[in-house]
Amino acid sequence: MSGVRVLVGTRKGAFVLTADGKRKQWDVSGPHFAGWEIYHVKGSPADPNRLYASQSSGWFGQVIQRSCDGGKTWETPGGGVTMEPGQMPKGESNKFVYDASPETGKPLTTHQWYDGTQHPWEFKRVWHLEPSLTDPDTVYAGVEDAGLFRTSDGGKTWQELAGLRGHGTGPKWQPGAGGMCLHTILLDPSNPRRMHVAISAAGAFRTDDAGKTWKPINRGLRSQYIPDPNAEVGHCVHRIALHRSRPNVLFMQKHWDVMRSDDAGDSWREVSGNLPTDFGFVIDVHAHEPDTIYVVPIKSDSEHYPPNGKLRVYRSRTGGNEWEALTKGLPQRDCYVNVLRDAMAVDSLEACGVYFGTTGGQVYLSADAGDSWTPIVRDLPAVLSVEVQTLR
Amino acid sequence: MIRVVLPYHLRRLAHVDAEVALDLDGPVTQRAVLDALEARYPMLCGTIRDHVTQQRRPFLRFFACERDLSHEPPDAPLPDAVSSGAEPLLVIGAIAGG
Repeated sequence: MSGVRVLVGTRKGAFVLTADGKRKQWDVSGPHFAGWEIYHVKGSPADPNRLYASQSSGWFGQVIQRSCDGGKTWETPGGGVTMEPGQMPKGESNKFVYDASPETGKPLTTHQWYDGTQHPWEFKRVWHLEPSLTDPDTVYAGVEDAGLFRTSDGGKTWQELAGLRGHGTGPKWQPGAGGMCLHTILLDPSNPRRMHVAISAAGAFRTDDAGKTWKPINRGLRSQYIPDPNAEVGHCVHRIALHRSRPNVLFMQKHWDVMRSDDAGDSWREVSGNLPTDFGFVIDVHAHEPDTIYVVPIKSDSEHYPPNGKLRVYRSRTGGNEWEALTKGLPQRDCYVNVLRDAMAVDSLEACGVYFGTTGGQVYLSADAGDSWTPIVRDLPAVLSVEVQTLR
Repeated sequence: MIRVVLPYHLRRLAHVDAEVALDLDGPVTQRAVLDALEARYPMLCGTIRDHVTQQRRPFLRFFACERDLSHEPPDAPLPDAVSSGAEPLLVIGAIAGG
């Protein structure tokens, strides 16, 4: 019997929503880690019962949680203490320390600050966790201030892939309004050495050697809010997505503009087409149709809500440019929520399910690829992220 | 025996109730208490003081005996009443109002 498990991160805890393959009756579990900000929860493709959650707080910092039973119980991985004579005890979990060793080349210590001066890199939180496609103990973490970490022991210890910050453009990166965060990590299912990441406000980057070296992949992006609109870095990329059957085709929701690349990010072209506004945060791809993509247009960077108070998902079946509004079941008046960058996902059941969460606490499901929508839950805390596991 | 009172979220993270009791050898200081606390509850590492700098996190305070000890040097002796276990060391989260 197939089923789905929806992992929801919110401002005040995590929720696990489960249903069978019909996706009609839902069981809601949570809040887990009540009162904490849960930026992201994601399951391992290699072991669906292995989940990882990013738990953070302005008071108490970053905690990583792990579940080995599909979210029923959780633990802080590690927990062991190393004690050397004369030294302070050191717990190993939750520790994200930027690599400043000379062995990695030229680890950066500063980036551009709001006032144009250079500012030290300071760890704030984990925005996104991306488990390996093949190993449940290996997970990548995208963090603020922008950096990429990896664990290969199930979250017990984390090491920075410092080549990303060290590749040369790092001093030009600067924070967007939400902070300088690495929020998107795409693993190429056809090439274990290739990975894409996206950073606000720096742009998209790619490695072809498993994270050792990186290059910016922003050619074709045009951003009026930076001094050189065509600059190599500085673009506020909100989200990128790919279909596993065609990993060289990338789709991007930039601050403004919906973009497409057919060469793994080497060049981009705009596919905003007839969207009512091309500002937004989420973008995702249908599980079975690599040219069917979804966005949620948001009015503007000054007004983070849907145009005209109408919550509409837009679908393109042509890989961009031609878009149709999907409104059935979604509020078409007085709706002023936002849909944040990690808050859309798809399942891979035969009739592809599309899910998204709002800052108003609703999680919507379409069990017919977007034709109609229904809320699974209506009154959660503001939703930060939505991920879906298809269970078989 | 040293008594430490943690804020709600850290009690839940460490799976403890109310007060935590710690046995210390040597001088009773902020650093010694936090070292012992983290050794016993490693999930608290990084939540009260920074992993690397060991600085107190900005929105936390240390109170005891009706005094704010947050700005005391980490190796300064804590009040005798804390050392004797008569009074707890309170780890307090800043109030979020508004």
